[in-house]
Amino acid sequence: MRDVAVISFAQAPSVRRRLDANEVEILMPVVQEAVARSGLPRREIGFTVSGSCDYVAGQPFAFVSALDAVGAWPPITESHVEMDGAWALYEAWVKIQTGDVDSALVYSFGKTSMGDPGAVLNLQLDPYTVAPLGIDAVSLAALQARALLDSGRYTEKDLAEVVARSRRAAKANPNAQLRGDVDAARLLAEPYLASPLRRHDCCPISDGAVAVVLAAGDLARKAVKRPAWIRGIDHRIETHDLGLRDLTRSPSTALAGEKAGARTGKLDLAELHAPFSHQELILAEALGLGDGVQLNPSGGALAANALMVAGLTRIGEAAKRIHEGEANRALAHATSGPCLQHNLVCVLEGE
Amino acid sequence: MGQACAVIGVGQTKHDVKRVDVSIAGLVREAADRALADAGLTYRDIDAVVLGKAPDMFEGVVMPELYLADALGAVGKPMLRVHTAGSVGGTTAIVAASLVQAGVHERVLTVSFEKQSESNAMWALTVHVPFQQAIVAGAGGYFSPLIRAYMRRSGAPEDTGIRVALKDRKNALKNPYSHLVFPDISFEQIASSPMLWDPIRYLETCPSSDGACALVLASAGAAKRAPNKPAWVHATAMKSEPTMFAGRDQVNPRAGRDCAAELYKKAGITDPRREFDVAEIYVPFSWFEPMWMENLGFAKEGEGWKMTYEGATALDGDMPVNASGGVLSSNPIGASGMLRFAEAALQVRGMAGEHQVDGAKKALGHAYGGGSQFFSMWVVGSSPA
Amino acid sequence: MSEPVESIESVKSIQTPIRLEYSYTAGRASTRFLKGMAEGRILGQRCPECTKVYVPPRGSCPRCGVATQDEVEVSGKGTVTTFCIVRIPSESLSIKPPYAAAHILLDGADIPFFALIQECPFDDVRMGMRVEAVWAPRAEWSASFENIRHFRPIAEPDATYDSFKEHL
Repeated sequence: MRDVAVISFAQAPSVRRRLDANEVEILMPVVQEAVARSGLPRREIGFTVSGSCDYVAGQPFAFVSALDAVGAWPPITESHVEMDGAWALYEAWVKIQTGDVDSALVYSFGKTSMGDPGAVLNLQLDPYTVAPLGIDAVSLAALQARALLDSGRYTEKDLAEVVARSRRAAKANPNAQLRGDVDAARLLAEPYLASPLRRHDCCPISDGAVAVVLAAGDLARKAVKRPAWIRGIDHRIETHDLGLRDLTRSPSTALAGEKAGARTGKLDLAELHAPFSHQELILAEALGLGDGVQLNPSGGALAANALMVAGLTRIGEAAKRIHEGEANRALAHATSGPCLQHNLVCVLEGE
Repeated sequence: MGQACAVIGVGQTKHDVKRVDVSIAGLVREAADRALADAGLTYRDIDAVVLGKAPDMFEGVVMPELYLADALGAVGKPMLRVHTAGSVGGTTAIVAASLVQAGVHERVLTVSFEKQSESNAMWALTVHVPFQQAIVAGAGGYFSPLIRAYMRRSGAPEDTGIRVALKDRKNALKNPYSHLVFPDISFEQIASSPMLWDPIRYLETCPSSDGACALVLASAGAAKRAPNKPAWVHATAMKSEPTMFAGRDQVNPRAGRDCAAELYKKAGITDPRREFDVAEIYVPFSWFEPMWMENLGFAKEGEGWKMTYEGATALDGDMPVNASGGVLSSNPIGASGMLRFAEAALQVRGMAGEHQVDGAKKALGHAYGGGSQFFSMWVVGSSPA
Repeated sequence: MSEPVESIESVKSIQTPIRLEYSYTAGRASTRFLKGMAEGRILGQRCPECTKVYVPPRGSCPRCGVATQDEVEVSGKGTVTTFCIVRIPSESLSIKPPYAAAHILLDGADIPFFALIQECPFDDVRMGMRVEAVWAPRAEWSASFENIRHFRPIAEPDATYDSFKEHL
């Protein structure tokens, strides 16, 4: 396997609603910044791949106009997944492994505020037997949270502490949306949104965009001082049938983590894509993360969650801390689908 | 590039206007089951699944890989879903091949599909987004001005398109999976069919189909154990350009020319017309055959129509194009690109049945999408690269 | 009483109507263009690198990948570069087919603009034909593409093929 590194990362600040700009206008400066930081001339980047979702954008072929942000001339080798940008990064990593290209630009965008994410995500469900029941993402997450609390392994207080810690960490993240000092006890006094979840246990609705540049071997070493090497990357999907799963555990995350080599060395931090507070507990448990691992120093998805963006952002945030020498080995995770159905794990390391 | 990759299984559904006999899961299974049977494998033998399809609005299911994980035996495995507009079927095959070429997996199942009857494809293609200009004339209305421009540039006879449609529709009679089957098809029937977007007539246009296509891609080691002859992937390429920019040539797009040039370089091809035994290219409106013959370097600029006129692209010609009946005969949009790649593979495996080109050893699979801006292509051969 | 499963008629399909509401943002470039429309002006943007003028403007030059800001007003007169005659009805249009849909290169712009040609027999429409925008009555103007109803021929000699062939 070739050595491939994340050599740069840029993001638009996540906000509740971007009224001033459309997707291309939000994305263009982000792509330009990531390319500039990579040290590679734009036209020498071998592969471009993006992640986005038509139903989030409210139009078919949403990724096509996004190409305007990138300057696809002369023609470029380019692809797209209708998934979180983390999976676009996976496709880019594979492309580099084939030896066909030595570098890749990966980006994703999502203006979650345009539509009703609950209604949009409902359409991910089995169209014949589940979607017509009208259940939304928050209610599904609440079912999972209820199962987790009933297992006896965690309490509502544990959920509140995840939120408090995330908000506090987000104070240091200028791109996060929800930040501040909140007290777990005060959080517990808030009313339920969908029992046992309270509003703060759920990710915000965010508009955002993110871009990352990957490069292989010596190209990466020449381009930036401290590349964040991808030591392992893997993803696994579980059954779509929620009734067949133990919703309190994430075997796909555990398996992806194992294949990505999560446990082969000490981790300094883990950026976990947990749009709901209880899910962070499930993920940390699945990955066997102990107390020494800092969780979501960026604030995580509870601080900002642009759909199709937040997963790739976790990889970027983890890589950034390696770039800046704050960490040496980090784990990043992305999720897709109801109740953590599909999970990707990436292990990054400085040299 | 990278490690060797072979197609060891091909499967497709009977394409039709409305497959009411199967759910979306049933549709993809039909193709996947056939590909696995061809490969002599079960779902358990597969390491990863790559799904491809066009906009989710065609079925009203968001990110259907989630719903289809079980149907495609992907539980516990990696699963990707590619979407590159009309070229998606081809791009999906390329992404799947990359997984083998990168040495990440030994056996990859890739499936592309569209079950357009479940939603409303016309609506989905022309959703009026506020602040943007309304698309008034549908896909045909977008492409027919370009076709008119080609006619002007090349001086091609006006009935060139009819001849392409006649050929493809005759070929479809030899393909048991075809959606559109016109047993008595004739030049007159096509010429007298209603004009939709001048110069494109009804019978020169692709249908809207439900259908799926599946491939099993394997490493050299896994291919050795395959019961049927493999088709070896010699090269793949994809190129994109913006939809609209000043001076853009949409008739002979540079992205298509660059994609073909890169593909041929990787595959060691210098004279495509002589070196390919058969080509499966994405022709949704008849006139795209001569246009793509030029774009792909099979004919000089302005002379692609001559290949049609001379009968070169007929099944018994020296450069058969779309022996399967092509997109004009079956068009499940998400699958159409993969069907081209699959039919190319069937040809070099000697498994194309009645529409087999005798002795085919090297074939081109081609797909395009968007405003003639996304291109994906591959070269397959009966021997390893 | 329970029936054996085999004798129950199977459900072949279900209808699940979907309704989703979205709020769209025009973005800066489109906002400028649409405000121009409200004033009866056709505004484009010029790319700082390749100097081409885009109408409608998109805030970026797709070819160069840079932001565009310089505003340029273009004429309502232009040349038909290519066209087709649509003979099938469209859900979104009240115009009865057949009608001509054309690519029109406005004077001053560098990419064609898609629009309908009316007020002439559809088979008069030809490449190189000179046309002008037909605006809705001023009182009906809003920040919308629809202020321009269609294009109609004008009494000018056809543009030569060479003058527009690079836009084909």
